[in-house]
Amino acid sequence: MIASLRSNFVRYLPLLILAAAWEIAARFELVSTTALPPLSDVVRSWVELLLDGDLVRNSAASLFRIAAGLGLSVIIGTIIGIGMAWWKPVNILIAPIVEVLYPVPKSALIPVTVIWLGYGDGSKILLIFLGCMVPVTIGAFNGARASEQVLVWSARSMGAGKLRVLWDVVAPGALPELLNGIRTAVALSFILLVSAELIAAQKGFGFLIGSLGAGGSYSAMYAVVLTVAFLGFAADRAYLMIAKRTLAWREAA
Amino acid sequence: MTDPIQPPAQIVVDRVTHMYRPPRGKPVLALDDISLTVQNREFVALLGPSGCGKSTLLYLIGGFLPIEKGAIISDGQKVTGPGPDRGIVFQHFALFPWKTVKHNVLYGMERQSLPKAEREKRAMDFIELVGLHGFEDSYPSQLSGGMRQRCAIARTLAFDPKILLMDEPFGALDAQTRGLMQRELLAIWQRSPMTVLFVTHDVQEAVYLADRVAVMSARPGRIKTIVDTKFDKNDPDIFKNKFFVDKVDEIWNLIREEAIKAQGKRT
Repeated sequence: MIASLRSNFVRYLPLLILAAAWEIAARFELVSTTALPPLSDVVRSWVELLLDGDLVRNSAASLFRIAAGLGLSVIIGTIIGIGMAWWKPVNILIAPIVEVLYPVPKSALIPVTVIWLGYGDGSKILLIFLGCMVPVTIGAFNGARASEQVLVWSARSMGAGKLRVLWDVVAPGALPELLNGIRTAVALSFILLVSAELIAAQKGFGFLIGSLGAGGSYSAMYAVVLTVAFLGFAADRAYLMIAKRTLAWREAA
Repeated sequence: MTDPIQPPAQIVVDRVTHMYRPPRGKPVLALDDISLTVQNREFVALLGPSGCGKSTLLYLIGGFLPIEKGAIISDGQKVTGPGPDRGIVFQHFALFPWKTVKHNVLYGMERQSLPKAEREKRAMDFIELVGLHGFEDSYPSQLSGGMRQRCAIARTLAFDPKILLMDEPFGALDAQTRGLMQRELLAIWQRSPMTVLFVTHDVQEAVYLADRVAVMSARPGRIKTIVDTKFDKNDPDIFKNKFFVDKVDEIWNLIREEAIKAQGKRT
């Protein structure tokens, strides 16, 4: 435990050095304090934002949008991806749509989703859902398509029906690739969320960053940027922990 | 040991012809007019050079590939797809990597809806039988090749198929492990004989294990001859036994020209 704390400390030491360099550069006015307010000011602004409830209110709005959009994309993307690998008609129907959607910069859809669903949660959730579904679907498809023929045969010869094989063999076999796709989706969901909220929203991280920046409260703006950065990082770490546990059978050797 | 739930049955392969259809290119005749009968509780080896279609024949019997011409009867029923009357052991084990040894062994019994208590007992019995006691909770990736194949054999025996199909089951193992596994398989079979069709390209293995050896020709695969290899397999000096040596010699002579033919075709 102590050893792992120490190795983590050493690992993230460069971040500490960066923070110190930031503070020094701003305090001694090596850079414009408008462009880069001292880190200590940013921390003070963060506490203020937390105490007056702005941060909590906007965080809650953003996290709800991410949870809903990401959750939907994982469920529906997995079903579509495995369906594409398992039933040819599904593949014929869906593959071209995924192919076209794949290279589209999802941020280009922000105005479209706003026209459809307005400035509230709906447009953000739809955007995150559409953007994240692509890597999830591709991950599930690649994983399921690579399912080993002999494993399928094995299960069939032991009396498993086709749906049973899908659940018992194809789905767990697709899991490593699927989880890779979900990791990409988690990172993408933060990007899409903040972009959408910057452009058209009445609450959320992006809205807060935009309005604080426009109002000249730069240290507070930095406080929100750092909060989003930290949440994105924490989400990725949490994801890795879950993935490691889920794939214990692979690491077991 | 746990008694078999049902008595073993027989396999009849009746004039089966099979075309191999590659995704691109022309279809190739893989099996040409194959007929073969495996009697109740008989151990038959299917021997031939690589590419002769012996595994294909096994997959046809397993019901994994469509039978286009001819028929295969397993236990009096025409084969139309896979079924738990025919258990199969693959060369590369085909264990579920995300399941532990115990859950791999339980899988077939769960599909047969055996009562839970009986499943658990049979799983433990068969894990014990193949010498994997103490490894119930290990994942396949934590086991050696030999142990993985033991697990695969336990998994197949545990749901009590009437017929056991084995596709070069020891082909991926090192020589020592292979010898050990052959002896153990023979011991298990002698204790409770079942109908076995065993695919191999190893002449000694075929003669040592089987009652009869069906020798196949190079592609297109045909049954060239069937050699009777029934004798006392419990002789400790079996590999020096005159009968054994002569049988191996006889089959080698039959198969040599096929092996050369198969080689020639590939270059």
